[in-house]
Amino acid sequence: MLKQYKTISDVAGPLIFVKKTHPVGYAELVEIKMPDGTTKNGQVLDTSEDTVVVQVFEGTRGIDRSRTWVKFLGETIKLPVTKDLLGRILTGAGKPKDGGPELISDKKFEITGAAINPYSRKSPADFIQTGISTIDATNTLVRGQKLPIFSGSGLPHNEIALQIARQAKVPGTDGDFAVVFAAMGITNEEAQYFMKDFEQTGALKRAVVFLNLADDPAVERIITPRMALTAAEYLAYEENMHVLVILTDMTNYCESLREIGAAREEIPGRRGYPGYMYTDLASLYERAGMIKGKEGSVTQIPILTMVGDDITHPIPDLTGYITEGQIVLSRELHRKNIYPPVDILPSLSRLMNAGINKGQTRDDHKMVSDQLYANYAEGRDLRGLVAIVGEEALSDKDKRLLNFAGEFEDRFVRQDKNDNRSIFDTLQLSWDLFSMMPKKDLTRIKPEIKEKYYVGEEPGKEKPGVHAEAPLGEENTEEQNLKKAGKA
Amino acid sequence: MAEKSYIYRIAGPVVIAKNLNARINDLVRVGDEKLMGEVIKIQGDHVTIQVYEETTGLKPGEPVINTEEALSVQLGPGLLYSIYDGIQRPLKVLEDKMGSFIQRGVDADGLDPDKKWEFKATSSAGDVVDPGMIIGEVEEKEGMTHRIMIPPLPGYEGTIKTLKSGKFTVNDVIGTLVNGTEIKLSHRWPVRIPRKVRNKLMPTIPLITGQRIFDALFPLAKGGVAAIPGPFGAGKTVAQQQLAKWCDAEVIVYIGCGERGNEMTEVLTEFPELEDPKTGKPLMNRTVLIANTSNMPVAAREASVYTGITIAEYYRDMGYSVALMADSTSRWAEAMREISSRLEEMPGEEGYPAYLSTRLAEFYERAGRAMSLSGKEGSVSVIGAVSPPGGDFSEPVTQNTLRVVKTFWALDARLAQRRHFPSINWLTSYSLYKNTLKDYYVENVNPKWLEYINRFMDILQEEEKLLEIVQLVGSDALPEKQQLTLEVARIIREYFLQQNAFHEVDTFCQLEKTYLLMDTILHFSKVANNALEEGVGIETILVTDAKDKIAEVKFVKDYKKELAKIRSQMDREFDKL
Repeated sequence: MLKQYKTISDVAGPLIFVKKTHPVGYAELVEIKMPDGTTKNGQVLDTSEDTVVVQVFEGTRGIDRSRTWVKFLGETIKLPVTKDLLGRILTGAGKPKDGGPELISDKKFEITGAAINPYSRKSPADFIQTGISTIDATNTLVRGQKLPIFSGSGLPHNEIALQIARQAKVPGTDGDFAVVFAAMGITNEEAQYFMKDFEQTGALKRAVVFLNLADDPAVERIITPRMALTAAEYLAYEENMHVLVILTDMTNYCESLREIGAAREEIPGRRGYPGYMYTDLASLYERAGMIKGKEGSVTQIPILTMVGDDITHPIPDLTGYITEGQIVLSRELHRKNIYPPVDILPSLSRLMNAGINKGQTRDDHKMVSDQLYANYAEGRDLRGLVAIVGEEALSDKDKRLLNFAGEFEDRFVRQDKNDNRSIFDTLQLSWDLFSMMPKKDLTRIKPEIKEKYYVGEEPGKEKPGVHAEAPLGEENTEEQNLKKAGKA
Repeated sequence: MAEKSYIYRIAGPVVIAKNLNARINDLVRVGDEKLMGEVIKIQGDHVTIQVYEETTGLKPGEPVINTEEALSVQLGPGLLYSIYDGIQRPLKVLEDKMGSFIQRGVDADGLDPDKKWEFKATSSAGDVVDPGMIIGEVEEKEGMTHRIMIPPLPGYEGTIKTLKSGKFTVNDVIGTLVNGTEIKLSHRWPVRIPRKVRNKLMPTIPLITGQRIFDALFPLAKGGVAAIPGPFGAGKTVAQQQLAKWCDAEVIVYIGCGERGNEMTEVLTEFPELEDPKTGKPLMNRTVLIANTSNMPVAAREASVYTGITIAEYYRDMGYSVALMADSTSRWAEAMREISSRLEEMPGEEGYPAYLSTRLAEFYERAGRAMSLSGKEGSVSVIGAVSPPGGDFSEPVTQNTLRVVKTFWALDARLAQRRHFPSINWLTSYSLYKNTLKDYYVENVNPKWLEYINRFMDILQEEEKLLEIVQLVGSDALPEKQQLTLEVARIIREYFLQQNAFHEVDTFCQLEKTYLLMDTILHFSKVANNALEEGVGIETILVTDAKDKIAEVKFVKDYKKELAKIRSQMDREFDKL
């Protein structure tokens, strides 16, 4: 029989302070019986002989000092794991939300998880085709990677996440990804949008959904991603499935972290976020990966909205230091009505090279990607110049680059929400774009590769002015372009 | 002291114990599971402990045991080829004991307790010994002699009573002193205390890396310290691997501190595959890896750099030159910040503890070239990576690091994007060792070394200025002399600074070759300038052939002959003009 206490001394924000208890374990689960007979759940945040600090997931509204009972359950938070998780919709705390039965299993996993021994990890190297050109060609996702989407408020990050969830597959394999979806503080409308899509596409039967909505308790958000990742790890390492985890919105998660920190009167770090936020985020993101000797994998796509579109804000900044790259959405592209508004320039996939070796995609992939980056970057720079000097002042080559940037956005970046482009379609599209340029301007691509794939017309005659920069080979650097710009 | 010590309070990785009679930095065992922790604060009866493992489920009232020893590492044969976590637990052993995930409460010896080593005594009974003296050897790996020293600890002095050669494990007694002290192949050393040396020496010998930009423009001395900022995608990994492979240090210690799991795995799988170019054996034969990813306990991350540098010092004491790479010290500083905030200390700049700069300076000060207690000269060179958030160099960790390091290798993502490798920015990097190392270069390479380097830097600086003008008016508008400077700068950048890590010859460049390349390039500069003064047009000079042949020399083994040929062709060309 577990002891119950009526010794709450303080209530502050999401926290209650309980006195005179038996020794209570750190991170133990707590049940709180309210004066009106309902119960709430919580977790021990700080424990000592005299006082136990409990964070209450459902918020502390209605808790008083005299009539509220507190019961320590003697165990940490666990998730019952079974294959029946698939197809279920649960609350942010892992309770059924779909009217289905409680989860029952002999196997229960601690939701905090444990760090994977770096020695036991397997290097991620399997190319995932998302069907989105800007990801597949230039920021390739691989199995076991954690690749966040850095978005801003009002940008269509949810649509993109859904499209990835719908279309993601490893070419050459037939198994679809299982999707674990964790919503933290998103609106009911957004949640419905996700649910409808899952139902329509039949994705729900291979998905586990954890929903903590905007009006659900903020503190519960701390455990939602851990629940989700525990489910994902189970499916990956025990059931040998490939799991895609979508966490949205990490900004809400971090806000909750800050809320608790403030309630505990901790000394705040940057912008009031707790000093341990890096480690806390790492304990989530690092749960992506592959393990030697195990079939499955956990791939993570966390979504976060950058506060004020500021990429140096602590949340995106710390995230970027843990994740293996980022997909950055651009408000400018969104305003131009381009979907998906992925800005490839600040985007990056650190594991890309491992996933696009020969035999995985195609021999030209890396070079095409480099060339797309280079051309688009130059083209975008030129837009600034055009604003000052006008388009007439540009050299022919610069005009082509300017044009390229426009076409790139219009044809390559822009695609329909249901447009599932294979990597070969994407590469072909790139070569179509490259045909706007003379062959010799494609300096990032080896001659033999150009020979193989270039589809443009050979301009027979060269302008004398352009000839001067002939023997540059790979080193066609910015300086030379600048020199030419100066000449023009 | 009759009362039992027990846990009073638990908050994350910080535990407060009562009735614990402990000194600061004592290692303690916390709770029924005997989690490893370290005393970091004593406040009356409350002793604050940072726990190196996950504390979930720990309860007040559970026992706390003081081991009476500071956090220590086990030093002895078997360190090389090992892969450790931040507190010297071999990751392989952890995997065997608890599978793919790191559970807690598992202890693992730093050194394999069962392996027998062939010990050859070089001292014998009756010899008078001091702490640190070498008394024998073990062949740790093929070609790597591990010198067994009298531990530099109290009690280890006097006369040897017995000492025998033979096969021993690291815990076997190999001999005794007259005062009764037993000697073993291994001993323990507290990581936070620098190992003593007889005296420190000036860093007057360069750490030769075979990379032209390092050796010539921004040298690091043996025993020196360098910082390398690692922004996204700037080629840090390749640069580090090149250094590990080619620098003339005999032992490499690599600390992955708080980095990404998948990237750490890359290091852990790639390093063992690297071949030591000097011996043809695996590079791991002279390497110690320490891996502590961002989700492993934060206190162990904080300890990992100390574990690493203690191991480095141990090999220095044997008379080896050691290169230590710490990736990244920013993550280490963040661990300090996190623990400090758990201790509710008053924060300094950006939430970092006020003692951040002291700790950084103390750590870097453990580098150095020294005469060890054994009378052998060794060195520890430290190359610390910093990852400034948002690429902002003005943040406290970078700033405090720059205050103590003497060499700064600014990796530049823009150069990497342009495929200029190694992507070290020549304008923002610096080295303060140039002058202390001057004598070495004068004696061993050429008296003109320093002069040439300064000329190179001048040209590169001038190029930067000229390029700004070019942007505005175009290069044709420049005076001919300046156009020539631009050309020479281009030659320096492309034919000298760029180096191909994957080309069998170019991957390592001897000092002599570096010198001769500089010599040839400056010779061109001289003859071309002379020609210009005598009225030859710049267009004519720019189309001469010989200068562009320098590009090929990088890839040629017999560089002397080739350079001589180029030089005479150059002279002929200009004579004609």
